[in-house]
Amino acid sequence: MGNENIMEAQDLCKFFKVGKKQVLKAVDHVNLSLKYGETVGLVGESGCGKTTCGRTMIKLYEPTHGKVFFEGEDISRLHGRQLLAFKKNVQVIFQDPYAALDPRMTIGEIISEGMNVHFKLSAKEKEQRVANLLDKVGLNSEYANRFAHELSGGQRQRIGIARALAVEPKFIVCDEPNSALDVSIQAQVINLLIKLQKEMGLTYLFISHDLSMVKHISDRVGVMYLGGMVELADSRELYEQPLHPYTQALISAIPLADPEMGKRQNGMKLKGEIPSPINPPSGCKFRTRCKYAMEICKEEQPKLLEVKENHFVACHLCGDTHGGKDAES
Amino acid sequence: MEKILEVENLQVSFHTYAGEVKAVRGVDFALEKGETLAFVGESGCGKTVTAKAVLRLLKPPFAEIKKDSKIICNGKDVLNLTKKELYEFRGNDVSMIFQDPMTSLNPTMKVGKQIMETLLLHGDMNKAEARKETIRMLEMVNIPGAAERIDSYPHEMSGGMRQRVMIAMALACEPDILIADEPTTALDVTIQAQIMELIKDLKERLNTAIILVTHDLGVVANFADRIQVMYAGQVVERGMTEEIFRESKHPYTWALLNSIPKATNELKEELYALKGTPPDLILPLEECPFAARCQYCMPICRERPSLETALSDSHKVSCWLTHPKAPKVTSYYDREVK
Repeated sequence: MGNENIMEAQDLCKFFKVGKKQVLKAVDHVNLSLKYGETVGLVGESGCGKTTCGRTMIKLYEPTHGKVFFEGEDISRLHGRQLLAFKKNVQVIFQDPYAALDPRMTIGEIISEGMNVHFKLSAKEKEQRVANLLDKVGLNSEYANRFAHELSGGQRQRIGIARALAVEPKFIVCDEPNSALDVSIQAQVINLLIKLQKEMGLTYLFISHDLSMVKHISDRVGVMYLGGMVELADSRELYEQPLHPYTQALISAIPLADPEMGKRQNGMKLKGEIPSPINPPSGCKFRTRCKYAMEICKEEQPKLLEVKENHFVACHLCGDTHGGKDAES
Repeated sequence: MEKILEVENLQVSFHTYAGEVKAVRGVDFALEKGETLAFVGESGCGKTVTAKAVLRLLKPPFAEIKKDSKIICNGKDVLNLTKKELYEFRGNDVSMIFQDPMTSLNPTMKVGKQIMETLLLHGDMNKAEARKETIRMLEMVNIPGAAERIDSYPHEMSGGMRQRVMIAMALACEPDILIADEPTTALDVTIQAQIMELIKDLKERLNTAIILVTHDLGVVANFADRIQVMYAGQVVERGMTEEIFRESKHPYTWALLNSIPKATNELKEELYALKGTPPDLILPLEECPFAARCQYCMPICRERPSLETALSDSHKVSCWLTHPKAPKVTSYYDREVK
């Protein structure tokens, strides 16, 4: 069965040292696998570890604990050529299209930089490929000779996408690709990502705090809170029947672009802010903001359990219905 | 209702090396006591510039407010206030909260002192009274432990807390109008919900009128009484929130509404995406500013812009499609609803 998964994170942890003795647990024992051609969304408030999780999975950070498998291979063991091949297969699209492009390079140079490393191409072939890529992301091939500052935000994000595609990857981490863009441009970029996925069979890890966009593009969605995965389910299921109180609060906080539906919203407001990840609450990390918090939440950290088919939740409330306590031992 | 702000034919230009950028091209609007008016549009359409012009925050040699423009607030002719009057006006009549709470606070000053500064400058309080009042303000914006937090520096606070401080500062002198320029863009959804709830609550308690500048239609749908859709420095459509969301008539408004995913969308269905970019505001604009991107563009649109047509008392739109001789079109959005 493992062969279906292009990427698999097992018990992944990434801790950062802060100050002398303190440790920031940015990603804390996360299990996540992605099948070929699917899009998994990661949502959560800022500081919940979604970006760190994405970056650790593609070896931009070394994990503190746990393993990441790409196409069945442990990526921490890759060296030399294999490592190079891995890096060719995984790419990333960054959040801020203004900061992600080198202002002193032409667009052509930016896009072909990765090709120089991974392929041996003549100047002419390279030019041809750049033109194809620009065409693919909906830009005129004349842009190859321009500089980033001449382009608008949406165009820059397209360049970011073209650069990621240049080395023919299989897996792309989209780290908030649309949060710096206008609504109309966001739709363009999302459409482009969907189109490319259909054409090239790409797998996306889509990190964003825009929950309605995530719902639209993702097959499955994972919700993170303070470094841990609290719920993971098919996107429809998650949005229609969220089980974890945090997911419920997140979803009810999305402002709906509809005056009537907005008023009907149940207004389950989250109080307070995300606690410091350096010194998180004991037991369930969400308990300080959870209105259902019980005695057990203080003592035991709930595990991520499958309560329905393909619907995983880490909450003491949901565990009981499905023999959650048994699985605890 | 009592009008507390009237803006007529507001025109703002920026003088740049490339030439004169006409950022705001004849904007009119009025604001009544206690209502919330939202400015909606893409970046660069003049929302913020309009808002800043009301407070005269645009620096003169670079930015120019044209002579015919008129801004009347509480009976004061804002564009002709002297420096001293302007200090009185800002904060007492109108105040503003900015988009980015990280950069709008002074990092070297304790937050309490920043709020007290406003109080000391405007009111006739002594320091002890101002401090007391500041604590009361911080409590009003729901900052826990206000009495201790008053001596915190901005870096010791989270984004949401800083935005609360900004709001406390803006409301310190109980202004009649609060301009909120993208107040929640930099914040998480859960914090966004808290902040918007706070603004709504304070508005009801203090009866402050609010100008909400945002590109988030979700926020607008829940908080605005009236909406004004802006494009290329002009108002293209305005109306009550219901009218804009249900009966909008301008193709640009349709495009904005359609580009957000809705519950009815299939997974990975192609979203409606507006092609192209807004017009370059350095160039003269004789046609309808939206003509180049409009899928319903007619020859007349290329010749001259349409005048504003009133569809109801509150709902007005500038588009040739409302002309009796124009073909009947319905938005993509309508089709989906029915």
